[in-house]
Amino acid sequence: MSAGQHDDDGVAEDGAGDEAAAASIGPRQTIVAFPNGPLLVRGDFDIVDPDGNQLRRSRKTVALCRCGASVIKPYCDGSHKLIGFKTEPES
Amino acid sequence: MKQPEPRGPVSSLLLATLNGPEQSSPEAPSTASDLAPAVRDAVAATNDFAFDDDLQLTLFCLFELHYSGIDGTSGDWEWNPDLIAARRFLEQAYEAQLRSATTLPELPAPTSADVAAGLFELTGADGGPSMAKYVAKQATEEQIGEFLIQKSIYTLKEADPHTWSIPRLTGRAKAAMVEIQADEYGGGVPERMHSALFAQSMRGVGLDDGYGHYVDDVPAITLASSNLMSLFALNRRLRGAIVGHLAAYEMTSSLANRMYARGFRRLGFNDAVAAYFDEHVEADAVHEQIAGRDLAGGLVEAEPDLLSDVFFGAAAAAVVDTWMTEHILDAWKVGSSSLRSSASVIA
Ligand code: FES
Repeated sequence: MSAGQHDDDGVAEDGAGDEAAAASIGPRQTIVAFPNGPLLVRGDFDIVDPDGNQLRRSRKTVALCRCGASVIKPYCDGSHKLIGFKTEPES
Repeated sequence: MKQPEPRGPVSSLLLATLNGPEQSSPEAPSTASDLAPAVRDAVAATNDFAFDDDLQLTLFCLFELHYSGIDGTSGDWEWNPDLIAARRFLEQAYEAQLRSATTLPELPAPTSADVAAGLFELTGADGGPSMAKYVAKQATEEQIGEFLIQKSIYTLKEADPHTWSIPRLTGRAKAAMVEIQADEYGGGVPERMHSALFAQSMRGVGLDDGYGHYVDDVPAITLASSNLMSLFALNRRLRGAIVGHLAAYEMTSSLANRMYARGFRRLGFNDAVAAYFDEHVEADAVHEQIAGRDLAGGLVEAEPDLLSDVFFGAAAAAVVDTWMTEHILDAWKVGSSSLRSSASVIA
């Protein structure tokens, strides 16, 4: 809601303004790599197939499976716990 | 919520009191001041608070004044000091029982990563009988209807208790709670609210989806499971416990809901009925990560003193859930109903 209002006051007119705004409110997208679990993707993004078609998506923040065991790929369904999936320690 | 049937002297007294005016007058003397002493005596006399029908219903009604209210009674009762005094006796008794019934694991370091890992370990431990396995493989059509009825007491207001915690949290924990709750409430789409999806499941199997419709049919332990959340949610000092409770619910949800969905499809119910359970498989795989690291972990990093209450809340969720599951499965295994009356099964 407030992002649109800020655009109107001219602060974000040029690229430098965009960067400054982004820096002040945090990144626009993040991928959080959870130890022994999924990749949590938060922010402004699309999930598409190789032809660019949007995949079914029913929430803003999603968890993408990286253990291979989910039955609702590309999303995580908690199966990583059943198979004892372990990630390498984050470096 | 509709007025429930009383289950004993204390709930009778409460409901009679609520049906009068809140302001006592010579013409209409209120019985409100009799309530706290009656509750105190009944609490001293009960031998199992969680399974005491009269006291759990009394507590449920007192909490309900803060949610949907009770039909036909004055809204002024919500903060009546006599009622709050009675509620305090009930809350103290319940909290004491829960504290002695839970065993806390060795507490981790008060960091986000360690709190999340500790909660995953606690909630991943074998927790006794499994409702999810039973529903997936064996439940009959009548039992699966009872399962929805038992669940409806909380689920038709799903997420509401935990929402009370938002103003008591700050920073990372608050943002995490709001992110989870926004998803619980459908991300702005009323039909996708989890409570609305659950109502759709109830209608799909021929049940009434009115809030509190089945309150007279469920046993004390089902009310106790809902009261647990309200107890943690309406007392600011227990904000660690309500956060731990939510984390435990999220961490035990995805896999169980996959099995519930399987049970409904096994019995031939359609996707609209299973949608609530399908939604939780995906949603709670997201929520459990946020709840472990950002919500519980974030809270403990901000307020390290709350570490043990976070684990108490998670452990209490598991204990009460096990009591409720045992009650239901014990009835089903001998071919009985888990409800108090069998008046209201699938139409
Ligand atoms: S990462 Fe969760 S199911 Fe694969």
